Parts: sequence; structure tokens; C-alpha cells
Amino acid sequence: MYNYTDFDEAFVRTRTAQFAAQVERRISGALTEDEFRPLRLMNGVYLQLHAYMLRVAIPYGTINPHQMRQLAQIADTYDKGYGHVTTRQNIQFNWPKLTDIPKILSDLADVGMHAIQTSGNTIRNVTADHFAGAAADEIEDPRPIAELLRQWSTDHPEFQFLPRKFKIAITGSSTDRAVTRAHDIGLRMVRNEAGEPGFEVIVGGGLGRTPLVGTTVRDFLPKADLLPYVEAVLSVYNMLGRRDNKYKARIKITLHETGKEELSRLIEERFEELRPQFGGNDQALLDQITAAFSTPELRQADTGSYHAFYKADPTFRSWADTNLAAHKNPDYRIVTISLKKHGATPGDATSEQMRLIADLAERYGHSEIRISHEQNVILPHVHLSDLATLHAALRGSGLETANVGLISDIIACPGMDYCALATARSIPVAQQIANRFDELKLEHDIGPLKIKISGCINACGHHHVGHIGILGLDRAGVENYQITLGGDGSETAVIGERAGPGFAYDEIVPAIERIIAAYLEQRVDAGETFLQAYRRLGLAPFKAALYPDEGKRDAA
Amino acid sequence: MSRAFVTKVITGNDLLIGDVIYLTADDQWSRDHAEAELIEDEAHAQLRLLDAQRAKNVVGPYLADAKRGAKGPEPVHFREAFRTRGPSNYAHGKQVERPNV
Repeated sequence: MYNYTDFDEAFVRTRTAQFAAQVERRISGALTEDEFRPLRLMNGVYLQLHAYMLRVAIPYGTINPHQMRQLAQIADTYDKGYGHVTTRQNIQFNWPKLTDIPKILSDLADVGMHAIQTSGNTIRNVTADHFAGAAADEIEDPRPIAELLRQWSTDHPEFQFLPRKFKIAITGSSTDRAVTRAHDIGLRMVRNEAGEPGFEVIVGGGLGRTPLVGTTVRDFLPKADLLPYVEAVLSVYNMLGRRDNKYKARIKITLHETGKEELSRLIEERFEELRPQFGGNDQALLDQITAAFSTPELRQADTGSYHAFYKADPTFRSWADTNLAAHKNPDYRIVTISLKKHGATPGDATSEQMRLIADLAERYGHSEIRISHEQNVILPHVHLSDLATLHAALRGSGLETANVGLISDIIACPGMDYCALATARSIPVAQQIANRFDELKLEHDIGPLKIKISGCINACGHHHVGHIGILGLDRAGVENYQITLGGDGSETAVIGERAGPGFAYDEIVPAIERIIAAYLEQRVDAGETFLQAYRRLGLAPFKAALYPDEGKRDAA
Repeated sequence: MSRAFVTKVITGNDLLIGDVIYLTADDQWSRDHAEAELIEDEAHAQLRLLDAQRAKNVVGPYLADAKRGAKGPEPVHFREAFRTRGPSNYAHGKQVERPNV
């Protein structure tokens, strides 16, 4: 993976020293909160419901074992012994003291990590396919481009005061695991007729209060033009984006108000101006970066033991069936380690678990680790012959749950258990759904299903693109949960449809059960997934299951 | 006619730790909701909010609805009730820490 150059290191150290001085001035009273807030946000420091929160970037979800151990050390020294993996490939600490944060940033800098631009109206952490560099269906590893974008966007003077935050996601595969259509800019690698790799550029996607699937502004952008093109998009947005209304400030609204044709024209015009100015420097830098992302030297060994274990051990088989994905080398698998043990908080990892993951990555995974926006951890390169030993090592750690892609693999934002913006809780709803379907022993029978829960309209839990989405709201001083159905965050992205009136906190789990019962009853066979069944049947049968009394009333 | 005033407390977060704190009648900041000053009229509420905004150790003070209880003021809204306790997924925060440190 990419290691900091002297330039990166000096930049992060300088920023850490600046922030330490800013904290001192805030504590002495020399800075008011209004003056301090933008400074702390530039460095990922939020003030939440019960405490400060520090959001640390894991650029494009890539992290090494050494860094993982440092996160564990930070969790033990300055926090409550755990970290929370977010839906944008960051990790959050929920309980740091303001006075400790400069020390935490310094400890992060020691291992080439930072919290810069994880908040504020800037270009945020660039996210990528968490299977990047390993996936069987990949055209090219998108992470060198993501790293180029990180270097370009970090402290870019033109883009430090954007109308609003700006999120970029990138994938190198035809299967979209990075939700590119719900980002301000989504980049999907495609090939042109000559077979050369380039990008489909999608602009103006986003969730939140105005959920929109992004619009393709370029079907094929040559790889070499990527950076000037992205800069052109940002430049046009920076000019046109509305600064008068926070709720209309994202590029999706700019696109909507300006129109696709006019916005595309402005982008292309600006691109023509910018492209010659880059003078090939970006490509020279990209070449250097690309060298740092080479695939590790994969080993050759007998794979017979894997097949023997798969046959003999039903627990291992169940885990292998759900938590493994195809690797570009047929003797390897991509392992997803679930942070979704039934009843646990989605995305939380204890310091002990972080250390175990680091050890296992070193022993069996060529020292590579990824964090997914689905709040799980990935070991991207594990040889078939190591899988049974790896699984045995996970047993008893809380990391062995065989549920990736199933009903209990729920994305949930922190909600009102932590977040100052939340209007209702998300975590306990996720915990109860996971526990309930575990009790029923139904989840493997239900098959692939994505439930996503947000505790407010800002949609950090991506509820609009959940096959079942749950949005927690405050209705007249009581928690209330709205259900959307049929959402999809993949290459066939769709915003889910609202099912009807919301449910009280103690009614939401039974409501989800009724949806699932309707699906199991109406699916063609076990091969038809929930999303396929929904697309075939539409909302009506699920609505009837959700609101049985309404049907009776209509019939009467 | 204006609506009847709902009694209030003043609350914010501690500058150094971030913990939830409440303004008491004797101008201290307590970590216990029950020790907060229960404010019973609008004019006094605005004055007390000005006092709170001048305090050095508090971030983002605001008025929150509260009602009289057996042991002191009690929160009205569920958000404020969560703030008196901490998160529901772990025994962290006020629910396990001694109030009034």
C-alpha cells in the first residue's frame, strides 16, 4: 500500500501542531466556540450528544496491521477500548477528551494516518470498492486514482470552502460495491471499444433529505484525463453551488437547477481550460503511486484441505458460503470479517478484535486489511488452504459470524445514542432485528438482504438504498420509524419507495417480520432474492403485510 | 395570546470532556439534571441563557424543556432523557459514572 512520503509526513505533523495550539487557545478562552468550531471540524473533531467524537480517515478503506494496532492502542489509551467503523470508510472514537485529541492526532501521524477533511465543507475521504485490488470482476485497482485524488484534494486551496461537503467514490469493477451512484461524484471504471480503461463519470447522486441517483455526465473519460476532469466538476460546482441555503447546497441540487446539458457543457468547457495546465505532472505522480499498490506475491499451495474442511465442518461451511468472495486468483478468496455479531453494535470493533485482525492479516492475508462502507473488515488476499485455520482463529472472538449480506448484516448510523443531529435511535433497532432473526433461525433461508438504518434524514445509514430501509424520526416527541422498500445501492441503483405511515419503536421489529413473512410466502423459490421478489411484485403485497388493519377497513 | 411557558433548564456540554452539564441556580454547572435550576418564566430564561453563554467552560448552551419531579427537574423530550443517561448500547457515560464529579 501507499506509504507517506516526507512531504505527506511533514504536512500532517504541521497540521497536528497547529491543531494542538488551537486547542490550547480554545481552552484559555482566546478562541470562542464559534471561532474554534470550523478549526476542529477541519480536523475531524465533532461535539456529539455525550462527548467529543474524532473521525479518522481510512483512505479508500485501506489500512495495514501496524495502523490497526495503533487504532487499538488509541482506543485503549484515550477512549473506551473500541472504535466504530462508519459508512464512509472512516473509524470514529466516541469518547475522546478535547485535551487528548492533539495526542491522538500525533499518534495517528506516527503511523501515516490523520483526520483531515473528515468533516466540513471540503472534499471528504475518497471511498473505494472494499474488494479493490483483489476482486475477480475488476478491470483495474481503483486505489491509485483514489490516492491521487486524496493528495490533490487535501488542503487544496480552491476547495476548502465549498458550498457544502463533497463526497467521491470510485470502483474498478462492473459490480458496484462503492455506491458510486449516491455520491457527489461517482467514478466507475469501464472499457471503451478499443479495450482501454477509463471512467464513467456520475455526478449529483446523494441521499439525505433529497435522495437522488447520480447522472452520468461522461460515458467514457480516458484514465489520463481523470484529475483535470474532476477538478473541472469541482470548479463549476464551486462557482454555481448555492451558498444561501444549506439544504440546496449540494451538487445534486446544482445539477437539478442548472440542468444536465448546461452543467455538462460548463464542465467540458472548464476541462478544456484545465487539461493543458496539468502538463503530465498528474500522470507522473500517478505512476509513482501505482507502484505502491501492486498485488502481493501470491503463493501456490495445495488447496485440498479447504475442500476437506468445507465438507466436514458445517460451521466453517456456513461461514465460507456467506463471508467469502471470488478473488482474481482462483486459489484465493476475499474474506469479509463480520462486525455484525447478532446483538452487537454494527461496525464496532474492540481493541482486542483490532489486534486479532492485525495478527491474522499478517499471518494469512499478506498484511492487507480493508474497511468497508458496509461496516465490516476485509482480508482481501487469503489462500484457500489458510481459510479453515483463519476461521478457527476467529472463533470465540465475536468476529466469526457467518452473516455477510444477510438480514443481520445491517448498516446503521450511530443515531441518537451518540449523534447530536439524530432524531431517533438506530443501533438498538439493528440489534433487535439481528437478534430476532437469529432466534427464528431464518436468516440463511431468507438469503441476500440489505437492511439499512438511519437515525435522521441526513441518511448516513444509507436507508434509501437498503432493500429494506428504516428512517428514525421524531414525531411529536416520540421515536417513529419509516420504512422504505426496494432500494438498491449497486450498479442498478434505485431509491427505495416509502411503504406508508411510520411505526413506533416497539412496533418496528414486528413490522420487519411481517415484510419478511410476506416475502417468504410469495417468492417463486429460494433462489428469488428479496429484491428480485420486490421488483416482480411491487409494493402492494408488502404494504398489505405491513398494514393489515387498513385492508380490513377497506374491505368493510 | 402567546402559549403558556414550558418550564426549562439550561444545558450544554463541558468544554474539556464534552459531557452533558446543567446550569444550577447558584451559577454552577452540574452533571446531574436533577440539580439544574428549573426556570419558570420566559424573561428569566433569556437572562439565564445570556449568563450561560458567557460561561467559559460550556459549549453550546441552550434551553431545554423540563418538568418538576420528586428529586428535581426531569427531562421532557426523549433526546434530553438520553442525554441524562448516555447511549443505550453500552453502559457508558452518565448511567455508570457518578454524577457531580
